[in-house]
Amino acid sequence: MAEALAELFAGDANAWRAALLAGRATVRAAVDAVLARLERCERGPGALNAVLAVDAAGARRRADALDADRAAGRVPGPLFGVPVALKANLCAEGLPTSCGSRLLADWCAPYTATAVQRLVDAGAVPVATGNMDEFGMGSSGENSAFGPTRNPWDPGRTPGGSSSGPAALVAAGLVPLALGSDTGGSVRQPAAFCGIAGFKPTYGRVSRHGLVAYGSSLDQVAPLARSVRDLELCLSVLSGADERDATTLPEPPVVPELADEHMTLDGVRVGVCPELLEGEGLDPAVRARVEAAVDRLVELGARRVAVRLPSAAHAVATYYVVAAAEASSNLARFDGVRYGRREGGERSLQEMIAATREAGFGEEVKRRILLGTYVLSRGHAEAWYVQALRVRRRLRDELDAAFEQCDVLVAPTAPTPAFALGEHVRDPLAMYRADALTVPASLAGVPALSVPCGFVDGPAGPLPVGMQVLAPALADARALRVGRLYEEASPWRDRRPPWALPDEVPA
Amino acid sequence: MAQDEREQVERVARLARLELEPGEVERLAGSFERILEAFAGLRELDVGGLAPMTGPCERTDVLRADEPRPGLPPDELLRRAPERVDGFFGVPKTVRGAEDDG
Repeated sequence: MAEALAELFAGDANAWRAALLAGRATVRAAVDAVLARLERCERGPGALNAVLAVDAAGARRRADALDADRAAGRVPGPLFGVPVALKANLCAEGLPTSCGSRLLADWCAPYTATAVQRLVDAGAVPVATGNMDEFGMGSSGENSAFGPTRNPWDPGRTPGGSSSGPAALVAAGLVPLALGSDTGGSVRQPAAFCGIAGFKPTYGRVSRHGLVAYGSSLDQVAPLARSVRDLELCLSVLSGADERDATTLPEPPVVPELADEHMTLDGVRVGVCPELLEGEGLDPAVRARVEAAVDRLVELGARRVAVRLPSAAHAVATYYVVAAAEASSNLARFDGVRYGRREGGERSLQEMIAATREAGFGEEVKRRILLGTYVLSRGHAEAWYVQALRVRRRLRDELDAAFEQCDVLVAPTAPTPAFALGEHVRDPLAMYRADALTVPASLAGVPALSVPCGFVDGPAGPLPVGMQVLAPALADARALRVGRLYEEASPWRDRRPPWALPDEVPA
Repeated sequence: MAQDEREQVERVARLARLELEPGEVERLAGSFERILEAFAGLRELDVGGLAPMTGPCERTDVLRADEPRPGLPPDELLRRAPERVDGFFGVPKTVRGAEDDG
């Protein structure tokens, strides 16, 4: 049994499901092992601080039900017995949805997000919520009201953000799959920093019902996994229209590639643009890894094509104006009236609202609410918000034009490998610039994958580098296929971080 | 810190229903100015002919069948409220009655 469980933790979600279906362990035994490890991972000096809440009772109940289904001969779902961690901004029965905020600490949603429900219906077992930058606002996990998460590759470094906890949990091998959300790179950048795979689907592919809103025209529910094939599997479960989210697309769900032998990179045009591969602030070592990955794609049959994306230089400014504007509107609902914390209840209604928000929100959230309120305010809206929306369209038009010449666009996921905890906390602009390479796909609403493409030397050991694969809207399967073919032809997928559970906890 | 930067942040904070502490106003005003300065290039771009892109999904009027169905039970929602008064959300008094004027 111990051996079978060790094998589970070494593999990806596909292998996990296959091992359970082969009877190597019961779902209950596997889930018990996950719960024990989740508890141990937060002990001792190596604590990741990746877990915000664990639903042990719910996970055990779910595991027993899956074992009973199996014994009764019911057809197992595509994610049978796969434990998943949820970012703490996804509503789920039995798990608090704190969004990494003091304002919502311990708040439990009265309903379950569509994306979470689809995972559960497919046989997955939600076990825990992962730490995150408050309301998704941050690129390092350090804006969580519950403290920063550590990177399993180097505990002095950030795992990225805002899906910091989910990414660290998958990278540390504690769960094979996690669900995050990606507004400006919040799944892709942590995936890159943690050496795992992360995918932001086409805007509208996956329902946002039950995802606490940050920037509604940018937010997408997005999976994190140890392999691209797991992301394909997960997306096939997640995608599809939902009448509870009017922005979901009517197109049929994404179907994973059925037979590997039909998949090839022959003749695939891989676009590379100087704005993303030679941009200011790009670490030369990161660029070298991505260039090598493009060479590998060419060896595998792809053709390199040069394209241009001139407006990418303005993507960070455009993104932060749009996202902040939407955030200022979305976060107006946190007023101490209907849910969450309340402060100043003895004062007037307006003072109570202001006092609640002052006490409940962290500094970065306040900064973005202020920025968003400013760019939407009378006298400034045309010059800032509407202007940003026009630049957003120009960027999208440029991407459309680029995709006339290439099938996918390849770029680094982040300009640097994982930076040190504390490195950017006093400098919000430096933190914003770390998103330069992920925000273009967010603004345009196109799918983008981050897949590991090598390592660079860090002061405490190797640090992973991520390659981004962008595809036109609705071509999610294409981005995933290119990433998967690259992954299967490269040695990075099986590299594991040096982080280990505090050993050996006495029984 | 210039007085007008501070005042600007205080004005926007009022609009955003945020009660900032004095130290916070200083810090936020500083970063606010730096951010707007760094983003100023955005305003120089000639994009006047392009329609604003509010989002990637430009479909409107997505409708479903207009059939009654149960919503979330009021008790479930009110259970999470900071203050509950009978079957309602409770808030501080917003209208002064005659008894308050004396």
